[in-house]
Amino acid sequence: MSEMAGKLFSWVNSRLPIANTFERHLSKHPVPSKVNFWYLFGALAAVTLIIQIVSGIWLIMPYSNTEEQAFSSIEYIMRDVDYGWVIRYIHTTGASLFFAVVYLHMFRGLLYGSYQKPKELVWIFGCTIYLAMMAEGFLGYVLPYGQMSYWGAQVIISLFGAIPYIGESLELWVRGDYYISGITVSRFFALHVVALPLVLIALVFLHLVALHEVGAGNPEGVDIEEYLDDDGVPLDSVPFFPYKVLNALVAIGVFMTVFSIIMFFFPEGGGYFIEMANFQEANPLVTPEHIAPVWYYAPFYTMLRAIPDPLGGLIVMAAAVAIFFIVPWLDRSKVASIRYKGIYSKIALTMFGVSFLTLGYLGTVGVTEIRKTMSVICTVIYFSYFLLMPIYTKYEITKEVPKRL
Amino acid sequence: MQEKDKTRRKVLIGLTSAVGLSGLPFVATPFIAAWNPSAKAKAAGAAVKIDVSKMQYGQQIQVAWRKQPVFIVRHTKESLAGLDLSLDKLADPNSDQIIEPYKGLNPSRSKNPEYSVMSGVCTHLGCSPKYHPEVEPKAWDASWKGGFFCPCHGSMFDIVGRVYKGVPAPSNLVVPPHMFEGTILTIGEDKEL
Repeated sequence: MSEMAGKLFSWVNSRLPIANTFERHLSKHPVPSKVNFWYLFGALAAVTLIIQIVSGIWLIMPYSNTEEQAFSSIEYIMRDVDYGWVIRYIHTTGASLFFAVVYLHMFRGLLYGSYQKPKELVWIFGCTIYLAMMAEGFLGYVLPYGQMSYWGAQVIISLFGAIPYIGESLELWVRGDYYISGITVSRFFALHVVALPLVLIALVFLHLVALHEVGAGNPEGVDIEEYLDDDGVPLDSVPFFPYKVLNALVAIGVFMTVFSIIMFFFPEGGGYFIEMANFQEANPLVTPEHIAPVWYYAPFYTMLRAIPDPLGGLIVMAAAVAIFFIVPWLDRSKVASIRYKGIYSKIALTMFGVSFLTLGYLGTVGVTEIRKTMSVICTVIYFSYFLLMPIYTKYEITKEVPKRL
Repeated sequence: MQEKDKTRRKVLIGLTSAVGLSGLPFVATPFIAAWNPSAKAKAAGAAVKIDVSKMQYGQQIQVAWRKQPVFIVRHTKESLAGLDLSLDKLADPNSDQIIEPYKGLNPSRSKNPEYSVMSGVCTHLGCSPKYHPEVEPKAWDASWKGGFFCPCHGSMFDIVGRVYKGVPAPSNLVVPPHMFEGTILTIGEDKEL
């Protein structure tokens, strides 16, 4: 029996590089021997992507992408489809947690300089994934055609209208109608379930291929390629399989626990994961009293609101995301990790983190004079972190990085 | 390969690519054009008619044109007389900064001085402002003279839809093309325009 299996394997393997790929990318792929919990969020993001794809496919089946039925088909999923509510809440919880782990993953990058040479492309693919995720999340939020779907989309699509000259016709072209109608919903559906997932999967593939080419980083910022054993394997490395895989499995276990608690007990996340107004059907004639984005867009929404001019707001908001792409060239430090960077980097990153969280909070609450001032201040801090980076990373005193991990 | 052949090959590659690329706009056309409003959507976006003679003085009604709210206000004499009181608070009292169909025709910005017809979509980010005709101190303005207040981002407009200074909305509420035939108001079409 085992002889036959062996024969079958060698038959396949001589036609498909299974053993080779397994060795190259798993069992012999060297990763730094000492990393901390910050290095787990990449794996969790991959797991969440799979959860979103599977639950998404199951949601497509009962969902109806027409103006008349979009909202009622969601209620149908929630009430009449066996376990439909579980599948929908998996998808909504997954969306929020996807952003949560990706934000932590990105913060890890800033913390330990995961964008520095030669990892620029890994970083850029990552930023593009984030951009695609933002689009994907927005399109998905429109599909239930609830009040917040409608009015959120109204706000976002009218951003196109702020572009000079072509703005208004662009808005009409994106909607395909004079308001956000079934026509808009069905095209957003096509983009949400086919076009962007394909883009996301392709980008994740490129992100990983580039990562495996240049090797993963570590919290010390030590280049493990400097000291190799006789076989050319870094001395401070362990093979990805089984060491990191087992590590990740523990993290996935914890993550799934958190996921389940949210999904079963707090699926709306107190109005942050699914906003209360979205339990009402879209009504183009009545604006909800308070329009707020889902929490993961809130920091950028605050920046948009902080600028009085729509075009200016649009530019600032777009710049806030775009600026991530050039971080590899803004950081002029000799060291990668925050552990060996100077005091200015530490202060800057802390202030950036605080301003990002504050912007996020401000985006979910109504506008008052004092909050408006705070939004402007936090926006300035947010951009200062990036724009002053070439200066403070270049002139601060850094600590000596150890040779070995 | 000889130098001459290399050059020849480059030219041929260039020409073939150019011919291939020239087809791109043709291929792209149906894909881009398919996103335009369809004939059905255009038909559904045709003009709407409403009899405004039954409106009370001071009343605001909202009709849907292209599923977007359009505000119609029948003004009282007092509210029209009070239009000049808040002039210094307005950003663009004469609608100089926007293209307005009936500019300078009436203080009410419409074709009939008794009525105002304006799009109920905030010029900031497309929310729908709320009608607050009462002249009394409000949370958003201690000397409120009546008008529209947008709950989303706090933009303020006067009773004929002119925007206040220092609010997120950049311009006055848009006046859609309209016409009065007796007491029948048509929104979305004006034969004189």
